[in-house]
Amino acid sequence: MDPTLVGQGLLSGFLFGGVYSLMAVGLTLIFGVMRVVNFAHGDMMVWGMYLAWLLSVRAGIDPYVGFVGCAAVLFMLGLVIQRGLVERIVDAPHEMQILLMLGVALVLENAALVAFGPDPARVRSPLSQGTVWIGPLFVDVARLLTFGLAMILTAALWLFLARTDLGRSMRAAADNPYGARVIGTDVRRVYAAAFGVGAACVGAAGALVSPILPFQPASGLGLSVTSFNIVIIGGMGSLPGAFAGGILVSVAESMGAVFLSPSMKELVSFGLLIAILLFRPAGLFGRTAA
Amino acid sequence: MKLFLLLAVAALAVLPWIVGSYLVTVMIFIFFYAYLGQAWNIVGGYAGQLSAGHAAFVGIGGYASALLSMRLGVSPWIGMWIGGVLAAALGAVIGYLGFRFGLRGFYFVLLTVAFAEICRVIALNVDAVGGALGLYITFTGNPRQFQFQDNRAYYYVALVLMLAATALVRALEQRRFGAYLTAIRQDESACEALGVDTLRVKMLAMVLSSFLTGVGGTFYAFYLFSLQPNAVFGIPLSVEIVIRPIVGGAGTVMGPILGSFILSPLAEISRTYFAQGGWTGAHLIVYGLLLIAVVLFLPQGAYPALRRLARRGA
Repeated sequence: MDPTLVGQGLLSGFLFGGVYSLMAVGLTLIFGVMRVVNFAHGDMMVWGMYLAWLLSVRAGIDPYVGFVGCAAVLFMLGLVIQRGLVERIVDAPHEMQILLMLGVALVLENAALVAFGPDPARVRSPLSQGTVWIGPLFVDVARLLTFGLAMILTAALWLFLARTDLGRSMRAAADNPYGARVIGTDVRRVYAAAFGVGAACVGAAGALVSPILPFQPASGLGLSVTSFNIVIIGGMGSLPGAFAGGILVSVAESMGAVFLSPSMKELVSFGLLIAILLFRPAGLFGRTAA
Repeated sequence: MKLFLLLAVAALAVLPWIVGSYLVTVMIFIFFYAYLGQAWNIVGGYAGQLSAGHAAFVGIGGYASALLSMRLGVSPWIGMWIGGVLAAALGAVIGYLGFRFGLRGFYFVLLTVAFAEICRVIALNVDAVGGALGLYITFTGNPRQFQFQDNRAYYYVALVLMLAATALVRALEQRRFGAYLTAIRQDESACEALGVDTLRVKMLAMVLSSFLTGVGGTFYAFYLFSLQPNAVFGIPLSVEIVIRPIVGGAGTVMGPILGSFILSPLAEISRTYFAQGGWTGAHLIVYGLLLIAVVLFLPQGAYPALRRLARRGA
């Protein structure tokens, strides 16, 4: 195997992992705080992509700027879904939550299908033209930019959770909802904020990846499944786990593409998922299994 | 009740001679999805083990009988049982891994999804089983090859499948095994504490469910005459299988049938209605909204609600 090819695969897998990380951090935040699995996660990401596309086509806003708007819209969407639907079933059995979120996913995916049609779309960014050479390896400027911004957003989320009052209450509610309520946390508000922030993460991830990944309404399902893989591999509810898991899964997939074939790369992440489920269901960074 | 059921079956038996060919096709899909839903109901409804990868069993069963018929000339009437056994073998593997390692709720859902997706990727990439193009079955119209000139023949096959699976589930429900399944759904630890071998019971439920679903794969293949990896192994088919018993009432005998009679015509009507406006996908929005409404307002499904209504009326 050509070492340059492997090196190239490692590098591009690593850079693409930034988006996976941001997407998975959003999912794990929602799960960690509310114990609800957001089955509509990938479809929210696709909406982030289409919003970036709309901003770019209609208003000429570059996706590397427009992602802020996409995140804001998705934040509102997350808030509405939490307040209108999820809040009613936070204490219901897991199965019911899964089905509810599956319903939301169907609505979001097919609303995108009705609105934008089934053909693949891609956002053009003038920033994505150039390439940079690092020794024998080359990197798209777009991939670097996507990776850098995804890292900055993840770091910002980290600071938000560590330093602000709302962030601290989120971690408290995730740790012990009863205890958080006892000390006077408005759990309802914290839940809504967590769902909103989680949705904003995945919306931003969608907008940031839109210049380098073609998308269509049906892409959401695959992205949801990939997010679940990452979050389980990293440990449900663990932020460092989601972060590291995103990079790990992305690198593993791109190695699968190099050594097997590009269309078989999913096998690698599913294989990884099954191994983790069976031997360490708490995930690489998780503390306890659910 | 018994008289009513007999009358209903008799009405369904004469129906294709009264109505047009289009309605017969709609009824075939109602029966077939009710059958698949009934098969899922055993493990997903009664035992409460939410499998979201049942498409894998349809795919294995369909591919097995189609390949046997195309390559070795084995009649699908035999191939359907072989397909069922192969699907049951995969079901046993998934069930053993899931139950032995104590995967519940979301974790079990993901395990089943992962296996179905692996099957899909393999079917897409292995050219010996058709690869990305899938399999196309040439139409001969020979009943020995599970092919019929008359749509009504498929109608009766689908009707028999649905009734047989329903009779089987009804029989299970009245035996100790059915009680064990319900007990596992309601409180697995308590059930275990009372000395029930829950692993064995769940395994049996999974194997039976995947066997029946695999047998259904043959009907899928030889009614539609094509098998596409993305369609037959994909998550959307799994959702179609799961959604009917849940809307109708998971863990009830009539749930999958009721759910299919509610959802299949609804899908058909909204599909044709919205397609005229170029709104493909709109019928799935209706599905999604319905699923949300069921979870919020009828978490037990339509059948138990209907029965309560009937009791209040009587």
